[in-house]
Amino acid sequence: MKLTQGCFSFLPDLTDDQIYKQVQYCLAKGWAVNIEFTDDPHPRNTYWEMWGLPMFDLQDAAGVMLELKECRRVYGDRYIRISGFDSSHGWESAKISFIVNRPPQETEFELVRHEVAGRAVRYTTVRRPAPPTAP
Amino acid sequence: MLDLPHAKDADAGELPAAFDLRKEAEAAGITETLGQLDQELIGLKPVKSRVRQIASLLLIERIRQRAGLVSAPPTLHMSFTGNPGTGKTTVALRMAKILHGLGFVRRGQVISVTRDDLVGQYIGHTAPKTKEILKKAMGGVLFIDEAYYLHRPDNERDYGQEAIEILLQVMENQREDLVVILAGYGERMTSFFASNPGFRSRIAHHIEFPDYSEAELLVIAELMLRERGYKFDASAREAFARYIALRRTQPFFSNARSIRNAVDRIRLRQADRLVSDLDRMLDIADLETIDSADVLASRVFSGGLIAGGGPAGSTD
Repeated sequence: MKLTQGCFSFLPDLTDDQIYKQVQYCLAKGWAVNIEFTDDPHPRNTYWEMWGLPMFDLQDAAGVMLELKECRRVYGDRYIRISGFDSSHGWESAKISFIVNRPPQETEFELVRHEVAGRAVRYTTVRRPAPPTAP
Repeated sequence: MLDLPHAKDADAGELPAAFDLRKEAEAAGITETLGQLDQELIGLKPVKSRVRQIASLLLIERIRQRAGLVSAPPTLHMSFTGNPGTGKTTVALRMAKILHGLGFVRRGQVISVTRDDLVGQYIGHTAPKTKEILKKAMGGVLFIDEAYYLHRPDNERDYGQEAIEILLQVMENQREDLVVILAGYGERMTSFFASNPGFRSRIAHHIEFPDYSEAELLVIAELMLRERGYKFDASAREAFARYIALRRTQPFFSNARSIRNAVDRIRLRQADRLVSDLDRMLDIADLETIDSADVLASRVFSGGLIAGGGPAGSTD
């Protein structure tokens, strides 16, 4: 199941040239570009680990692509996303975030239903154990 | 031209059988950029001819690409060597503009660094520091002034070597993204390259900056004065020509930099001369004219350093 989080996640995965252009857009807007990775893409897991420092004083996205390449080399089996943080007054928040790397075996989630007091029902998103790999 | 690092021109329309070179050159802005370079920089023949060659190569590469022939992006890393004050830094700053204008680099910014910006102070500090600078310079020009300080032959555990290795790697792998220019004084650069052969072979353009001739220095002085809103009168011009001839023979002469210092001192003396007569009415011509007395008051005419024995910087 393809994980859908952030921008462009219902589209086919971005190619490197497309990522380059998105990052260049962020830099042109003056946003700080971050590379983040995680092995737990649960929707409630907002804070992913950062790869290096935010890159806010670059002119060209080639610098980000350099770091992304390095991050993929080390954590190619995890989810990696790029986010653009707008520090201007009144915003001070991430304005864009998109996935740039997926593990070969994507994590799957399912909705588990709990019956609680009365007839109320609660739902929890839980990680489905990885299916046995075909021999 | 290139918005993406490795983009190829996508328009696969019908190919013309012949290409109009003049029209192509004008479309790329090459004629204009080169004309500007000729006007704004005095002398520096080898530098200009190399820039012209590079520009021609770009033009031909572009046409070759359109014609469907094999084209490879040229290596543009450069090293500038020459005596003090021959314009290495000035040209490097301008080079970024030229390369950007010609479409070699995508953004055209110049990051000017020295050893301090690249080399860290403790183990593990150098690599992130160098990478940070390299990332900042992506899409533009990285100018490393006095590059030989990166290598300290007397200390084999110096962190400079680490910075050199990272630099070499990026220079090799990301030629499309970054142009590195090394600058420094002639002999020391030679020994730097001798101990780092990797650098020498990765740099395509070794440009030697010649010393300026006396006539060129005079033109430079007049250009500097014009920029500051002054001019020589006829006798001052002649006096300054004599000043240059004398100054060149004295120690610590550093080409255009000495001239700049001389010009600044001449301005001081001119202001002093004007202020010394407070009852006088000044007109515009008085304010902008340098006369021969302002030039001739220099210590250079009375023997300069040899007679005066003053500190090194104050001979002008």
